[in-house]
Amino acid sequence: METMGRIAERFAALASRNEKALVPFVLAGDPSLEDLPGILDALAVAGADVIEVGIPFSDPIADGPTIQAADQRALDRGVTPTMVLDTLARWGRSEGPPIVLMGYLNPILRMGLDEFAARAAASGCSGTIVSDLTPEESGEWREASRRAGLDTIFLAAPTSTDERLDIVCQSSTGFVYAISRTGVTGAAQAAPPEVTDLVRRIKARTDRVVCVGFGISRPEQVAMVCQAADGAVVGSWLVDRLASDWNGGAGRGRLIDDVRKLKAATRG
Amino acid sequence: MKAMSVASGKGRFGAYGGRYVPETLVPALDQLEREFDAAWASAEFHAEFEAILSEFVGRPTPLTEARRLSAETGLHVVIKREDLNHTGAHKINNAVGQCLLARRMGKRRIIAETGAGQHGVATATVCALFGLRCEVYMGEEDCARQQLNVFRMKLLGAKVIPVSSGTRTLKDALNEAMRDWVTNVADTHYVIGTAAGPHPYPAMVREFQSVIGKEARAQYVQRYGRLPEIGLACVGGGSNAIGFYAGFLADPEVRLIGIEAGGHGLSSGQHAAPLTAGSPGVLHGSYSYLMQDEHGQVLPTHSVSAGLDYPGVGAEHSYLKDTGRVEYRAVDDSDALAAFRRLAELEGIIPAFESAHAFAPLFEAAYLPLGSRVLVNLSGRGDKDMESAVQLLEL
Repeated sequence: METMGRIAERFAALASRNEKALVPFVLAGDPSLEDLPGILDALAVAGADVIEVGIPFSDPIADGPTIQAADQRALDRGVTPTMVLDTLARWGRSEGPPIVLMGYLNPILRMGLDEFAARAAASGCSGTIVSDLTPEESGEWREASRRAGLDTIFLAAPTSTDERLDIVCQSSTGFVYAISRTGVTGAAQAAPPEVTDLVRRIKARTDRVVCVGFGISRPEQVAMVCQAADGAVVGSWLVDRLASDWNGGAGRGRLIDDVRKLKAATRG
Repeated sequence: MKAMSVASGKGRFGAYGGRYVPETLVPALDQLEREFDAAWASAEFHAEFEAILSEFVGRPTPLTEARRLSAETGLHVVIKREDLNHTGAHKINNAVGQCLLARRMGKRRIIAETGAGQHGVATATVCALFGLRCEVYMGEEDCARQQLNVFRMKLLGAKVIPVSSGTRTLKDALNEAMRDWVTNVADTHYVIGTAAGPHPYPAMVREFQSVIGKEARAQYVQRYGRLPEIGLACVGGGSNAIGFYAGFLADPEVRLIGIEAGGHGLSSGQHAAPLTAGSPGVLHGSYSYLMQDEHGQVLPTHSVSAGLDYPGVGAEHSYLKDTGRVEYRAVDDSDALAAFRRLAELEGIIPAFESAHAFAPLFEAAYLPLGSRVLVNLSGRGDKDMESAVQLLEL
């Protein structure tokens, strides 16, 4: 048995308090990369348990319009994966919520799997989610991540067969990311009922921690998801919110208030 | 950069290919793979496929000996006439095959991406024939420069969805189609128009298009009692080329050449020639040559031809490049346009801008040995390009 990673420690601590995790997603470089440390601090203060930091990519096929537009704005600002990792390294809060990088395979491949994993770990990141990497194609990436001490989080979808859920769970460390619906990222009116089915199917086969994402933006959705799962990911809503109301930090207080409400919904 | 090694062994051409997609799509790709393998092994499927190709598409397409072009270039040039297929290009071979599979799988909604509009028209046509719902994603820029094909798709009952993200061309149309498929995968089949994308698409599209090469080889041998020395085809995503090569890959004496879009010239950076000037990476579900920057972001492309204006290429082409079996070379917009004009004047054939790229090397002094027996795959006709031609050639 390997030593417990920071993500696992965090979930163990939450479980001991009978709490679930709030996992906000921000896209690095939108608003500007200089804003990222302040945003991460605000999210930590508001009670974020794990933070997903998106690395911008030119062709985000798993993302809806909100995150696509944020990717484009970040790329227009000249943000690169190296700059994102350097910013995280400078932020370097070893006691705050663990950081999970989320992105697409090609920028990682371009830097080199070992190089990227080593630099991500050196920047204080705890794990990665690669939206277009399935467990079957991930052998080398899991090796590189294991050497660097990074968790590899894979996605489970409502369309995944039971056999695939086994593969996803076996390949995932840290947590399993359950996609709430067949579709791309983006806020939705209601979290679809099949979420609970998927989480139950996963829980029936594994003791892995399961977080649910895609389409979650409001406290009642967080509460609903947390009845079955161990955490809720809030992405597009936050990306939208930061683009419209961060204003170089002027929106910090309002953001903290709203994220606190989301966090409160994880305390059942 | 360190290349990925064969991770799963599934759908690989050497190190290239694979399946890099969101998890949501994996079960659909598994289903498609099973369905294709079963269909391709079934005599009944082949009979149905071939009947439609013959009665509806008009196959076999002829070989035309290009006598005036031969005289002008000092070569012996023969043309495989995929432009004479119903709807005007090779694209319909694959559209028929995939729509047959969709029908077998009980999927009643079809989506497609299109650049020049030829694949969109072919898919809309087969959907009309089969009574399937059809929606086609097309970049806004391509909608403008290939307007005739937009009208054709609408008349055929398809919905054309203009794509305004990114560079508003083929790459972005593919992104949007992928997103649609991720969302509607339960009742929808995505008819990818080229031999790219995640496994099983590259192999499946190659098989559906291999009718080009098999026919061409048999026709050539029957007429001339020998094989051609050189085979030429244009390469965007590479479906016409891979289907054409399929007839000749086992004949080492046939020199195979693939022509990419050189745009404003390789040195300008404004081109669509990933095999000639790119490097391997992952885009749209497979590992293959790609136009990308040093950070792994996909670069904008340029080509006068909407169908070649794409930063990636089918995985098998990457493999054929590395093994050296096929030489890949880029031809600039201006040389392609000159070939477009000369083919019309000398042979009475107006090629698509895409296909014109394959003819440009014939006019390049000292590239092909004088007297060579050349077979060129003419992938599509140029009616769709008339409006652009009027402007670019000041007709």
